[in-house]
Amino acid sequence: MDLQIALLLGQDGVTNGAIYALLALALVLVFAVTRVIFIPQGEFVAFGALTLASLQAGRLPGTVWLLLAMGTLIALIEGAAALRKRHFRRIPLILLLNCGAPLLLAGALVAVSSASLPLLVQVFLALLLVVPLGPMIYRLAYQPVAEASVLVLLIVSVAVHVTLIGIGLLFFGAEGSRTPSFTEVSFEVGDVLLQGQTLLVLVASVLLIIALYFFFERTIYGKALRATAMNRTGARLMGISGSLAGMLSFTLAASIGAFSGILISPITTIYYDSGFLIGLKGFVGAIIGGLASYPVAAAGAILVGLLESYSSFWASAFKEVIVFTLIIPVLLWRSLTTRHVEEE
Amino acid sequence: MKRSLQSTLLLLLFIVVLLLAPVLLPEFYVTLLNYIGLYAIVALGLVMLTGVGGLTSFGQAAFVGLGAYTSAYLTTVHGVSPWLTLPAGLLVTGVVALSLGLVTLRLSGHFLPLGTIAWGMSLYYLFGNLDALGGHTGMSGIPPLQFVELELKSGREFFYLIWAVLLVLVLGTRNLLDSREGRAIRALKGGSVMAEAMGVNTPRSKIVVFTLAALYASTSGWLYAHLQRFVNPTPFSLTQGIEYLFMAVVGGVSHVWGAILGAGLITVLKQWLQDWLPRLLGQSGNFEIIVFGLLMIVVLHRARDGVWPMIQRFFPQRLICARVDGVRPLTRRPLPEAGSVLLEVKDASKRFGGLLANDRVSFGVRAGEVMALIGPNGAGKSTMFNGISGVDPLTSGSVSFRGEPIEGLPAREIARRGMSRTFQHVRLLPSMSVIENVAIGAHLRGRRGFVAAACRADRAEESRLLHEAAVQIERCGLPEQMYEAAGSLPLGKQRIVEIARALAADPCLLLLDEPAAGLRYLEKQALADLLRRLRAEGMGILLVEHDMDFVMGLADRVLVMEFGQKLAAGRPEEIQRNPAVIEAYLGGVE
Repeated sequence: MDLQIALLLGQDGVTNGAIYALLALALVLVFAVTRVIFIPQGEFVAFGALTLASLQAGRLPGTVWLLLAMGTLIALIEGAAALRKRHFRRIPLILLLNCGAPLLLAGALVAVSSASLPLLVQVFLALLLVVPLGPMIYRLAYQPVAEASVLVLLIVSVAVHVTLIGIGLLFFGAEGSRTPSFTEVSFEVGDVLLQGQTLLVLVASVLLIIALYFFFERTIYGKALRATAMNRTGARLMGISGSLAGMLSFTLAASIGAFSGILISPITTIYYDSGFLIGLKGFVGAIIGGLASYPVAAAGAILVGLLESYSSFWASAFKEVIVFTLIIPVLLWRSLTTRHVEEE
Repeated sequence: MKRSLQSTLLLLLFIVVLLLAPVLLPEFYVTLLNYIGLYAIVALGLVMLTGVGGLTSFGQAAFVGLGAYTSAYLTTVHGVSPWLTLPAGLLVTGVVALSLGLVTLRLSGHFLPLGTIAWGMSLYYLFGNLDALGGHTGMSGIPPLQFVELELKSGREFFYLIWAVLLVLVLGTRNLLDSREGRAIRALKGGSVMAEAMGVNTPRSKIVVFTLAALYASTSGWLYAHLQRFVNPTPFSLTQGIEYLFMAVVGGVSHVWGAILGAGLITVLKQWLQDWLPRLLGQSGNFEIIVFGLLMIVVLHRARDGVWPMIQRFFPQRLICARVDGVRPLTRRPLPEAGSVLLEVKDASKRFGGLLANDRVSFGVRAGEVMALIGPNGAGKSTMFNGISGVDPLTSGSVSFRGEPIEGLPAREIARRGMSRTFQHVRLLPSMSVIENVAIGAHLRGRRGFVAAACRADRAEESRLLHEAAVQIERCGLPEQMYEAAGSLPLGKQRIVEIARALAADPCLLLLDEPAAGLRYLEKQALADLLRRLRAEGMGILLVEHDMDFVMGLADRVLVMEFGQKLAAGRPEEIQRNPAVIEAYLGGVE
């Protein structure tokens, strides 16, 4: 390996690592706020990328149907609850939010030929289609068992993951997609060609992390989430609704997931089940941070990216084996350094 | 004993149906039943791990793969007899599971399943990329199993082997769970603090169930390899590992028969969905996972115990863990001479970050006396209890028990030396009966292990343990509630169950954390009588309590704590006159 290859691999590793870092942050966030280990995080990556690809190909993305179906289901559940409690005034809002908005979006997509829209509008539309799935999934799958043990929530997560994988196959088919680059610019630094898209991924990841920092430090909702993460009961006594906090953290996780998908789909081909592997690598990063520390999780994720990229050079067949086996020394290190305190 | 006769008859009926099935059914159904049997063996391990032990794994398929690939490799490449590759596969799986268990089980519960996902992936890719194992194309030409002259080549012959193995494992697992070690496994679900305080080595129990579940999976893999006589990585993927967990959960994750039911339901449903869904959706692919995922969510929302309990209602219930009389009682440890020093605490301090919860407290407890620890809320009484009993060790200071230093020892070692305790926040296993809960207390008085329990060689000891539990329950005045679920009792009675459990350990020092809270007047009197009798027998009792009438009428000596420090100590009447104590309790006169 000469320096040029080493730099090239390093560039690759850091780019992927940046994406894993974003996902790791989302995973830590969701776990801290809701105690949910969010296995389906990766599906948002795939859904984001594939929805954008469908829009660019001028097809109606399958996610529209998912949005409509879940919206209708929630409207039914919430509507029935409102009827039982005789809160008739809430019903129009429930219908508008869960059925009206998705219908409007679907109508707009049918009316306009999406392939001719500018790229930024397509990206915006893709996010609009995928991000609401986050809070909807929280409402349908997690909120009814929000008080259950971490173990039950984890099994729910795995069930949601499996369901979304199947739905992904149904909507997007088995073929992968790749979206065109956001930018064709490239720079030459010494001997190495630096792709504009790579830089874009890095800059966008860093910006997103800074934005998240300000969200948690400066806004009332961010502070509410932090309060819930520290002490659920305490936060609830202060008037922070647990389900609002759950929905909010899932919205953030879904946004981060979908956005990451849109960022990397010009670099690698995304299949309906690619998200899972990408998400799991974010997980390895998050576990390095003990599912608690944001900076360590992000650093761990970059490490995973680098390890993956260099091992694909040295032993490409065993790339995945090496990355996932990394978790064992990490767990060993964590088990030797942390004193386990039991949940009451 | 009518019930037990009925359940034996049902079991015999089940065996007869199994014997006839391959003779009467067409090939297709025999194959289906073979797979159900193989899956059920894996699901059974998960029942023990998840439903009973409160741990979980998504990586069982990888263990199946270890069993299958070990046998495939050794038989085809090295020509080893399949009967030798079974123990070899078990050995490989056991070593892998043991090392993974040692790495993850010390961490919080959710790191284990996350770890299983990661190495489930890792092993899958390893199977697919090692040239020695045939890569993604797999290995063929695995020899069939052979009994002397008879080669098990057809599915019909194999059927008997699979279901015999399954049945032996189901009965063995059922026996195991209904035993001393089984109760220790079941106690894991209620958190390890209580189990440790009763002397259970919880890391060991966790590693044993995890390894056992892996060995079940490995056995299933060995059977699979010689039934198919071909292996490739696909059936050992993470998806299959998740499906195994679905089987256990849908069937009923806390019941051994739930494993068979779940494996049957999921396998049949899968067969049916794989026929219909592609036709319905107009494209091919494994869309059944959508239905499985949704089904799983509904089960977890609506019926977390799975389908088995719904069927179980139609079967006679075997009363497990009944009291047994006419057995030789357990030997008791010799009590120290009355008046001799049992416990000596010197300069005990406990720091939580910036808070000093115990600040250089010293006191002692003698055999045959009741020592009361009182003080306002937040004075550090429960912290002191946790420090003495090893649940949450002290920051500094020394504790000696019967002349031996015990600070820094784990709770189970302190329990072994004859100290037993109750908890302020009741820590019972709500779905288990009172007698089973109390029997956990007698854990250290038994010796028999997992193997003896699985083949019922532990019955003599088990009946002595249950007898002891029954005696302690009667002694504490709860004979009517002996077979009720502990969680159904009112809180005051649950505290009494905690005392009975502590007594079942045959302690010479009893630590009681607010035993009288929630009791009515007459119950309090009965409790005081019981404690007086124990004192007369020579037991030392250290008591935290807020009810002053109860304390002052019972205690020989009282230690008052405030803000983590010792405020006063002495006989009850001295304490009642002590101005500093009066000020702490009633507030000073300005």
